[in-house]
Amino acid sequence: MVPVNYYIVLSAILFTIGAMGVLVRRNPLVIFMSVELMLNAANLAIVAFSSVYKSFSGQIFVFFVIAVAAAEVAVGLALIVEIFRTKHSINVDEMNSLKG
Amino acid sequence: MHLSETVNTGFLFLAPWLVFSPVMGLLINIIFGGRFSEKGIGWLASAASGASFVVSVLLAVTVAGNHGEVLRWRLAEWISIGSLTIDWTFRVDSLSTTMMLAVSGVGTLIHIYAIGYMHEDVRFKNDIGRFRRFFVFLNLFIAMMMILVSGDSYMMLFVGWEGVGLCSFLLIGFWYDKDTLGRPSWANSNAGNKAFITNRIGDFGFLIAGFLMFWYLGSFQFDAVFEKAQEAAHTMPWVIVAITLFMLVGVAGKSAQVPLYVWLPDAMAGPTPVSALIHAATMVTAGVYLVTRSAEIYMLVPQAQYIVAMVGAGTALFAATIAVGQYDIKKVLAYSTISQLGFMVAAVGMGAFVGGMFHLVTHAFFKALLFLSAGSIILGLERGHHHLAHGHHEERGKKKEERGHKEHHEEVFDPGDMRNMGGLRKTMPVTFWLYMTGTLALMGIFPFAGFWSKDEILLDASLHYPTVYLLLTIAAFFTAFYMGRQIWMVFFGEARHEAAAHAEESKPIITVPLMVLAALSILGGALNLPFEGFHNLTHWLGHTLGEVEGLPLNLQVAGISTGLALLAIIISWLIYGRNTLHAGQPDPLKKPLGFIFTGMENKWFVDEGYWAVIINPFVKGSQFLADVIDWRFWHDFVHDKVIAGTYNWLSNIALNDYADQRGIDAFANALGKWTKDLSAAMRKVQNGFVRSYALSVLLGVVLILGYLLLK
Amino acid sequence: MTIDLILFLILALISVAAALGMLLSRNTVYSALFLVLNFVTVAVFYLLLGAPFIAMAQITVYAGAIMVLFLFVIMLLGTEVLPPGKALPWQKPVAGVLAAVLAIESIYLLLVRARSVAEVTTPDAAINSMDSLREMGMMLFNRYLLPFEVTSILLLVAMVGAIVLTKKEKGAQK
Repeated sequence: MVPVNYYIVLSAILFTIGAMGVLVRRNPLVIFMSVELMLNAANLAIVAFSSVYKSFSGQIFVFFVIAVAAAEVAVGLALIVEIFRTKHSINVDEMNSLKG
Repeated sequence: MHLSETVNTGFLFLAPWLVFSPVMGLLINIIFGGRFSEKGIGWLASAASGASFVVSVLLAVTVAGNHGEVLRWRLAEWISIGSLTIDWTFRVDSLSTTMMLAVSGVGTLIHIYAIGYMHEDVRFKNDIGRFRRFFVFLNLFIAMMMILVSGDSYMMLFVGWEGVGLCSFLLIGFWYDKDTLGRPSWANSNAGNKAFITNRIGDFGFLIAGFLMFWYLGSFQFDAVFEKAQEAAHTMPWVIVAITLFMLVGVAGKSAQVPLYVWLPDAMAGPTPVSALIHAATMVTAGVYLVTRSAEIYMLVPQAQYIVAMVGAGTALFAATIAVGQYDIKKVLAYSTISQLGFMVAAVGMGAFVGGMFHLVTHAFFKALLFLSAGSIILGLERGHHHLAHGHHEERGKKKEERGHKEHHEEVFDPGDMRNMGGLRKTMPVTFWLYMTGTLALMGIFPFAGFWSKDEILLDASLHYPTVYLLLTIAAFFTAFYMGRQIWMVFFGEARHEAAAHAEESKPIITVPLMVLAALSILGGALNLPFEGFHNLTHWLGHTLGEVEGLPLNLQVAGISTGLALLAIIISWLIYGRNTLHAGQPDPLKKPLGFIFTGMENKWFVDEGYWAVIINPFVKGSQFLADVIDWRFWHDFVHDKVIAGTYNWLSNIALNDYADQRGIDAFANALGKWTKDLSAAMRKVQNGFVRSYALSVLLGVVLILGYLLLK
Repeated sequence: MTIDLILFLILALISVAAALGMLLSRNTVYSALFLVLNFVTVAVFYLLLGAPFIAMAQITVYAGAIMVLFLFVIMLLGTEVLPPGKALPWQKPVAGVLAAVLAIESIYLLLVRARSVAEVTTPDAAINSMDSLREMGMMLFNRYLLPFEVTSILLLVAMVGAIVLTKKEKGAQK
């Protein structure tokens, strides 16, 4: 008998923590992980609602989100590896070639 | 133009050729004259003038055939504005044919004379190329004079009036870059200017009269004006008086009366044919013709008539006194012309129009004769001087001959100065007899032409205008005196200069026309003999001017005038003829008459008076206006300082400095600077740190959510 | 205070703690392991919410594949501890403020503005049966066939991309 509100609040908190992680940490891997956390929080909210409405659509949606997240992680990590090869550093602050 | 069936137009259709023949002559000479010889140019011009004469004869015949009725030939419309219509219409009546015959006849003779005269003159003055120009101008003059005398309206007359004034200017200033002795000078062109400007004052009077005519009488055409004038004389007589007096101003200018006569003596700067044609026989008579033509108007205003007569008589006497003291042969004749014109103007002023016209015609004959003979004398002296110089050079050797003509005149030699002449009776006999004929005619000795015409005037004056009669008689006395003086000085005694001693007679081309004129001077009296059945000119002109009774010969008047003339001759012989003058001797009259002779010698200082009172103040005034007012004030101060300075200040300081640089530029620069600063500030967002980009995304999300919240 | 609620609270607490641990940990490996813990708890939540398939998928894919991949890369790149950064000193406070604001906003939105919903009931046995799973499979392959296929292509692309990106250029300077 857990009210869905609690799940929502939890999702929001997790999302916020993930956002904080993206903004504050300088290690790109940790940033990426924070992004995964954010995705996870969203998934949680979707599943919570889906159970409320007794519909499977939410779960299917989450299923796709997980698949996409996996693909994204693969490519993203490949990129990070590539950047590390050229820059020899994983400090995001040093990747400022777009500085205007 | 409705002519009645009884009128036979005869040769009227030839009327335009009066003007067109001399115009054709001058055009051919201008365009093709370069290819003709001098003789060709001269004879062509003479033929053109001769054609005019032939047409005049034929027109006179036509008029005679029509019992003197007025004939008109309309050539073209000229001005048509509102109610004013002026046409180019030739008026052929007895008065105009008389003038035409006199002008073209004497004119043609003078053309022929001029062929010979100018041939020598251009060689003495060293400018052979100017020969053609002379004949072009002469033909132009004939054309203009024909327009003047054949016009049917005052406007057409005025066209001719101005035209002859122009030709007078062109011909007086023919040798525009020299003076009478051939030296480079402004003198001749100044003389031309003087003639033109003085004439202009006369023209001004004529124009005012014309304007009055148009305004109050509504037309310029002769018959219309005369008709309207009849009524106007009753309703507004002052208009008629004004018209006649302003016309008198024009006459004073053109016919050299006091006070506008001053141009005529200076006009002697022109070549002698010019003096003969224009300033003796034809142009100066235009004023007399004008008054005669306007006879109907003048008869309406006796007060104006009196003024005209007094002006004429006064001029006659005044000019005659000046002629006594002149030394230049042409100047004597010039003042004589002014004096005789005074006679004519007095005659027409008194209402003796026939007398005036009669004297006009006879005067044309003998004055032209006198002037042309004077030209012959001048040429004779030039020839003598020329041969002298050549002779001296032959003695000194060949070297100097190569220098050419200019070197001859080592001394200043005036061939017209009577003090250089003397004894020409022996060296130039033909000219002597011709000159005598003219002189006797001028003096009015029986039976020469001048006697009859002058007598008629004196007779008319004695009957109605005693003052005029007195003045004219005294003038006649002086006329005889100064002509006698001239004869003794020039032809008798010993030559006072080598040139006179070596003078040569002139060629036939010069002397033959003079003989024709001499014949006319002797026989010209037959035009209007004052005997029963003989008043030919009176009857002839009567067709136009109204029939007047021809006066018979009055022996008393004739006797007094002839007696005075003979007395004058005797006195002149006593002074000048008995003990003829020697070289360098002053004039015998100088001591006895003292300051009077000085006045006569110096033309009574009239020119100096005009200079001091009118011309010099005018010149000074215009210099002041030009220099101080126009240049220094208007140009330098107002334009440069005020206007340009203000403009410069305005554009440089006010607009450039303040408005443009400090105002607009500052604003524009500030705008640019602000944009730069803004972009510099904004650029800081692109710091290259991914984290800050992500922060901005989060910021955006927060804001949007906040907006949705608050909605 | 039902058992569900207690369970939920404990799990929630662990989840948030794990998240915070990931955030604040200096050691990257520790961060990854904390995240794994988080994922596991979230999987349990899925079970509680009656989504068994998703829970399994979560553990298999997320915690099993993705996090392992993460750990591989962490080991590859070196797990040095970065020195404290000198740039953007204002980033942390601003981010904290904004995140807090975001939290508040989202909670407000999702709770207050959303329609009031019923409570989440304990999932019946039927949920965890194969029938529900079969039904989900049917839905997946019928209604959501296109996204399914597209996702497969997406995975293919990701694979190829990852290989291409990390391939060394022939003769290229390193």
